[in-house]
Amino acid sequence: MAYDSIVLVKQVPDTANVTADAMKEDGTVNRGALPAIFNPEDLHALEAALEVKERFGGTVTAITMGPPKAGEVLRACLFRGADRAILLTDRRAAGSDTLATSYILAQAVKTIGRYDFVFAGRQAIDGDTAQVGPQCAEKLGIPQITYLEEVVSLEGDRVRIRRTIGHGWEGVEARLPILATVIETANESRPPAARRVMRMKHARATVEIEGAVRNGMPDADDAARQAEVKKRAEALQQRGLLIEQWGLDAIGAAPARCGLSGSPTKVHRIQAIVLKKEGHTQVSATEEGVRDMVHELVVDRTLG
Amino acid sequence: MIEPNRKGEVWVFAEQEDGSLNEVALELCGKARELADRLGVEVGAVLPGAGVGHLGEHLIAHGADNVYLVDYEQLGHYQTGPYASVLCQLIERRRPQIVVFGATPLGRDLAPRVASQMRAGLTADCTDLEIADVTDPRTKTEHKNLLLQIRPAFGGNIIATIVNYDWWPQMATVREGVMAMQPADASRGGRILEEEVQLDGALAALKLIKRHVEPRTVNLKGARVIVAGGGGVGTKENFKLLYNLAGAIGGAVGASRAAVDSGLIGKEHQVGQTGTTVRPALYIAVGISGAIQHRAGMEESAKVVAINTDPDAPIFSVAHYGIVGDFRQVIPMMIKAIKERAKE
Ligand SMILES: Cc1cc2nc3c(=O)[nH]c(=O)nc-3n(C[C@H](O)[C@H](O)[C@H](O)COP(=O)(O)OP(=O)(O)OC[C@H]3O[C@@H](n4cnc5c(N)ncnc54)[C@H](O)[C@@H]3O)c2cc1C
Ligand SMILES: Cc1cc2nc3c(=O)[nH]c(=O)nc-3n(C[C@H](O)[C@H](O)[C@H](O)COP(=O)(O)OP(=O)(O)OC[C@H]3O[C@@H](n4cnc5c(N)ncnc54)[C@H](O)[C@@H]3O)c2cc1C
Repeated sequence: MAYDSIVLVKQVPDTANVTADAMKEDGTVNRGALPAIFNPEDLHALEAALEVKERFGGTVTAITMGPPKAGEVLRACLFRGADRAILLTDRRAAGSDTLATSYILAQAVKTIGRYDFVFAGRQAIDGDTAQVGPQCAEKLGIPQITYLEEVVSLEGDRVRIRRTIGHGWEGVEARLPILATVIETANESRPPAARRVMRMKHARATVEIEGAVRNGMPDADDAARQAEVKKRAEALQQRGLLIEQWGLDAIGAAPARCGLSGSPTKVHRIQAIVLKKEGHTQVSATEEGVRDMVHELVVDRTLG
Repeated sequence: MIEPNRKGEVWVFAEQEDGSLNEVALELCGKARELADRLGVEVGAVLPGAGVGHLGEHLIAHGADNVYLVDYEQLGHYQTGPYASVLCQLIERRRPQIVVFGATPLGRDLAPRVASQMRAGLTADCTDLEIADVTDPRTKTEHKNLLLQIRPAFGGNIIATIVNYDWWPQMATVREGVMAMQPADASRGGRILEEEVQLDGALAALKLIKRHVEPRTVNLKGARVIVAGGGGVGTKENFKLLYNLAGAIGGAVGASRAAVDSGLIGKEHQVGQTGTTVRPALYIAVGISGAIQHRAGMEESAKVVAINTDPDAPIFSVAHYGIVGDFRQVIPMMIKAIKERAKE
């Protein structure tokens, strides 16, 4: 039996390497100064889907919601073995919190229609909420299995999965379809395959072509640009390299449930964490220095 | 989504496993008490499980006024579907204004499912909660007594304050160990109310095959002093020095992720964003650079001593005492100084 998987992937700023240069005067993070990367756990979600495909046959479809630049993570999926990639991009989706994001992603999954698995990363390293996976599962009306470590067995429509529970693990069985969120230790994610990179490096979504045409033909009028976009898109389409692009209308999403209007949570204030330079007592690394420090800690009742 | 209900209670999800409460439930009762007093309402604790009625009195002693006990055989082992259904049914029935969950693996599995079904907002992994009036900058409407949900995001590099004007209840998960647990007060009065719910068999979509729970061998959260080692400790042999220091002052041994990842010590010792959050009276950081993900788990410590060979290590920015030096020399000096004092 073959299984069809959908993988949710997100492009994120590399928040693990934020330096002082990436902070703006007002204390907010300058996303532009940070490299955009494939959300680390989503690579493991992709790997889990590719492993199912290799063991049992089937397909892997990657979806991302984001600005045109997010097409990059879709190419990264194609290079690793995904069969199909869909870019969800629509200005009306900007500012979505997890409730709105999961609504939009679930609408896209429903539009695809047939699937056995939805794989997501546990958590994205920018929003850091780990809420989108479970919320998508609820919107799809299917069981969620969070913190997947391993797909242990798969027979017919029954899957056994090992998941971590923080201070141990459990083995659970479920009937497909399910949504699983995948953690870092689940597998080793594969690198891009050189042959696929060669074959698919020119894959683009229409918005990406539009951007390239705008940059490449600064003096042309709109009609000329549109004609050029159409020509390039058709050429890619013929080679099977046009990345599908969906807006809210294509997935039947109600605009009121998307973007800011569909988001109950509002960011009221953002503060950057600046290293406190309050200063500390320098203790010399000598018997005497250490003895004085211990004395102070005893006097203020921290010790003893 | 429920309409804003300003008389609604402040609720805590009382996470328990095998009949014992997760400490975070008690920490949250104390915080909920503080918020409810500000709002002039009562604190409710939702306690689903099988044979868990005896836990109600602890929740009351730590601040709950009403314990909503949902005692059903099918709720013996946690499973998302039935638990989410219980929460949604009770929220619709009693319309609390705030619902908080511990940001444990279980809480972060459950809360988003509930929020999605209720179409309510949910703020993840909060480290503080406050009540304040907030003006919506877009409509200029003033919202009285909203819950300010304060949380680190962006890999811990920023702190965001999140509010939810009117898609209630206001829901949040709260990081373990950051709200100080209030002492139990056995004389506090409260009610334990048995709630009936509909539990459709189809909700339990998963079959539990096997479960393996590792005993918690280290009690970092309860330790008054923690001696934590990092990548700079280098070898298991060197870690023994840290155990000796911890032994001399009656502390526990913690670690950074670099020490855990390189196999110097078990994962259960890890302090930080993906480990335990601790707030001991004294935290001694040995050979730890002080990455933001590590600091997130220890910077609330009352006193921090940092020992590092690199004078520019970021750990010094959160330290009260900084010792620039090699721990292999410094720790024996500390043990000696402590033993001398003990003799006095
Ligand atoms: C500072 C800050 C704080 C925030 N706090 C909250 C909050 O507390 N509550 C809240 O509801 N929203 C919050 N948001 C909004 C939230 O970041 C966005 O809704 C975001 O689109 C999804 O949340 P996440 O990044 O936390 O993803 P997570 O829920 O951590 O992502 C889990 C998985 O879902 C999938 N996924 C997530 N986003 C996408 C996508 N765009 N395309 C494809 N797959 C995806 C991926 O597989 C990912 O690994 C906050 C935003 C900021 C900037
Ligand atoms: C999503 C995410 C989550 C994370 N969660 C956590 C977490 O929960 N906890 C955590 O700790 N980290 C976490 N990390 C990792 C974190 O970013 C750092 O990599 C880690 O904390 C580094 O550990 P360290 O400082 O011990 O090691 P190193 O960076 O290797 O630092 C070693 C230090 O030891 C000093 N040193 C060397 N020799 C000596 C000596 N002889 N005497 C004294 N000092 C010496 C060095 O000067 C250096 O400062 C996380 C990272 C990510 C991306």
